[in-house]
Amino acid sequence: MTSVIVDRRPEKGKSTANRQRVLKRLDSALKAQVDKLIARKKLQEHDTAVEVSVERKDVKEPSFALDPATGTMGRIVPGNEHYRVGDKIPRDPSQRQGRGSGSGAGEGESDDEDTFRFALSREEYLSLLFDELELPPLVKKDLLEIDENRFRRGGVVRYGNPGTVCVARTFKASIGRRVAAEALHEEALEAAEAALNSALADAVPARVRAAQVALEEVQQRGADIPFLDPVDLRHRALIEVQAPRTAAVMFCLMDVSSSMDETRKDLAKRFFTLLYLFLSRKYQKVELVFIRHTDQAQEVDEDTFFNGTQAGSTKVVSALVKMHEIIGQRYPASHYNIFGAQASDGDSFGGDSTESSAYLISQLLPFSRYFVYAEVGDRTEQGSTSLWSAYDDIECEHFNMATVRTRDEVYPALAKLFQREQTA
Amino acid sequence: MQNSAHRFTGTEWTLDDLLSIEQICGRHAERYRLDTFPNQMEVITSEQMLDSYVSSGLPVNYGHWSFGKHFLIESGKYRSGQNALAYEIVINTNPCIAFLKEDNSLAMQALVIPHACYGHNSFSKGNYLFKQWTQPDAVLDYMLFARNYVADCEERFGFERVEQTLDALHALRDQGLDKYKRPRKLDTRKERAEQAKRLSVAQDNMRQGEYYSVTPQSSKAVATEAVFPASPEENLLYFLEKHAPKLEPWQRELARIVRKIAQYFYPQRQTQVMNEGWATFWHHRIINDMYEAGQIDQGILLECLHSHTNVVRQPEYTRLNPYALGFAAWNEIKRVCEKPTAEDREFLPDIAGSDWLETFHDIMQNYRDESFLLQFLTPKLVRDFRLMNIQTREGLDHWTVDHTAGAEGFKAIRSQLAAQYRLESVMPEISVVRYRRDTDRKLTLQFQSYNGRNLVEEETLQTLKQLRQLWGFDVQLEAVDQSGKIQKTY
Repeated sequence: MTSVIVDRRPEKGKSTANRQRVLKRLDSALKAQVDKLIARKKLQEHDTAVEVSVERKDVKEPSFALDPATGTMGRIVPGNEHYRVGDKIPRDPSQRQGRGSGSGAGEGESDDEDTFRFALSREEYLSLLFDELELPPLVKKDLLEIDENRFRRGGVVRYGNPGTVCVARTFKASIGRRVAAEALHEEALEAAEAALNSALADAVPARVRAAQVALEEVQQRGADIPFLDPVDLRHRALIEVQAPRTAAVMFCLMDVSSSMDETRKDLAKRFFTLLYLFLSRKYQKVELVFIRHTDQAQEVDEDTFFNGTQAGSTKVVSALVKMHEIIGQRYPASHYNIFGAQASDGDSFGGDSTESSAYLISQLLPFSRYFVYAEVGDRTEQGSTSLWSAYDDIECEHFNMATVRTRDEVYPALAKLFQREQTA
Repeated sequence: MQNSAHRFTGTEWTLDDLLSIEQICGRHAERYRLDTFPNQMEVITSEQMLDSYVSSGLPVNYGHWSFGKHFLIESGKYRSGQNALAYEIVINTNPCIAFLKEDNSLAMQALVIPHACYGHNSFSKGNYLFKQWTQPDAVLDYMLFARNYVADCEERFGFERVEQTLDALHALRDQGLDKYKRPRKLDTRKERAEQAKRLSVAQDNMRQGEYYSVTPQSSKAVATEAVFPASPEENLLYFLEKHAPKLEPWQRELARIVRKIAQYFYPQRQTQVMNEGWATFWHHRIINDMYEAGQIDQGILLECLHSHTNVVRQPEYTRLNPYALGFAAWNEIKRVCEKPTAEDREFLPDIAGSDWLETFHDIMQNYRDESFLLQFLTPKLVRDFRLMNIQTREGLDHWTVDHTAGAEGFKAIRSQLAAQYRLESVMPEISVVRYRRDTDRKLTLQFQSYNGRNLVEEETLQTLKQLRQLWGFDVQLEAVDQSGKIQKTY
């Protein structure tokens, strides 16, 4: 009889396909939870693993089953020390529910809990967050990739594995070695011949023999110079390079006047989140600045930014001025990649729109790496507000704007930026 | 590989160590005439152990969301520390595949190898249920065939439709068993050839089926019609596969796959106590043999015994632990064979004083849990476990103690315990009684209720919904009590 042992450990991910299936089935339940999470979590926290819980009834598999709470039932119980025939034992009310608990051979899964929890992967989470967004593979790679260092060909080295031999450089090295070795050899040959000649001239037989032997030796050495020698080998080198990452600062600008309701803020938050996730992959360190404005702008913390409300009319330019002021104080453009993200419902009054657009062009865009404006909301005039038409005139490579009416429009709003950064 | 003089020690192991432990166990097992399939041990990670849970130990399975759900639930329990993972899983295949968890210590591996590779392995090779109802040579091939067929259907008929069909079929899985009739052997080659034939015939029938899939207006035929099926059919999935008027050929094939797989696990469900007890008895025996032969050191022995003790622990006033009950039952049989008391001679005259090993093999081969307990439960075991028999009925707020361990109660406890391990007492008995082929195509099922036990209402309605979807016409379920009276109609 032959027995064998197999190490199966390297074979991973057998359940991945079935996991996708169950996630698909749970789609709406999970989306509802992610919606709650987006309201509760800070931007930076979306980077960490996300736990969700699912109600068992959402994934119930029904079957015909006997109800243990009905009819007469008998049971064999072990470990009896107290009871005698005829004694009465109160029934535990909890045993009346659930199935299979009435008998020793019952195999039904214990439905003792109504929910179960599991962690979503980053990719699964993102696709729930942005409604099945179909990220282009490159963007996906950027968003999901954790490994930061890449290898790149760089120069040649003397040691390496045979697969990386650089033939041209090896030959070049061999030529140099042969030229050097042959030059030395020629000198030695001349010296040996001279010695032989002088020995012949002196006619001392012992010296002649010695000189002849020496000459032969030198000649032999010349013939031994190899065409290729292990020292000639050159290999192409792989060097680890760090992706060019430096510090970045992301300005989140949002209109918090009363016309920005919860749905709009929710869309805005998704918009900021995706941008942050993207930037945090590209740059080693991304600082966040939150500026909210009504008719005047304030720098606030994230909580206040998304949850606080403020009364007042709307003056967009105040936020832009504030951003400029903060750049001047804390984030010199020489040290930081500056990203601006503005979310608003597009309401602005009087000269504010044109003033804002002019300020953006003259004061902010020259310093910014990218500035993106998202007009959030689902009103029909979205995309034709005064702020929109003012911004629409801006002609600048690194400015972009988009309307975000539903969450699957969040990604398209940023798509241009992502593409640009890909090629950069 | 180590020679036989080597003594295992410590906690670390290599693949070679496991192989040599397996061979040492094999030499001990030979002395006990344990006849086994060749062993194929597979070292797996915790995650892969969870994979195996999900497909009941089968290394190959078709894709379905419910397996993903079980994986999530099990891994959640595992990660939160509610459930420890099994140290091993073994299924009845030839070769016998035993999954060993990578984080088992050397001692744990030394324990699970005799348990799985010799205990369970010899049981599934020898026991009559496994011999009659399963084909260890063919099951992996069949599973591969099933996986490919399901994937193929998804491609051809759409993911959603396949999923819906499988959902409905899974709901009826427990009603897909031939409980009394012996099933046909699994044979993938034959299966493939016949499938092609079945499919082409079914295609033809589909065309005629146009006739069957519309309801005739007239209902005059009713009076003269003979009842079909002539006798009630217990295998609902089989009935659907053969007679459902609206199923497409591939759906019938899926029904066949689901019931074939359900059938495969049927013997395991009927031999839990015997099988676990048998494996536990042998790992205990072989571990001690290995220690006496100097093949493992005291540290390993102690760690093994510690785990063994945990496995056979029987907490008071809870469910019976099949490992504890089974282990004790086999030990009792050995005792009755070797040192029978007057009491044993009274209750178990056939085996008292017989050769224990001979008796062991005979029992292992020819019994299942119910008959095993009914025949071989000893009065001493009932006393040792301090078993009592309690009864209650719907509406009462208390249990009444009917019998306790003792001479008077023994027989009642024995038959009640055996009845508890009858699958019929946990699985509802449902059969097809009527199919009105020539009028409205209505299907009538009957649920035979015993002791006033009913079906879980909510689940029954949902399951019927699934069934109606497969059937395509009205389906009715009658609950019938022991006197044959219809109690309720769903």
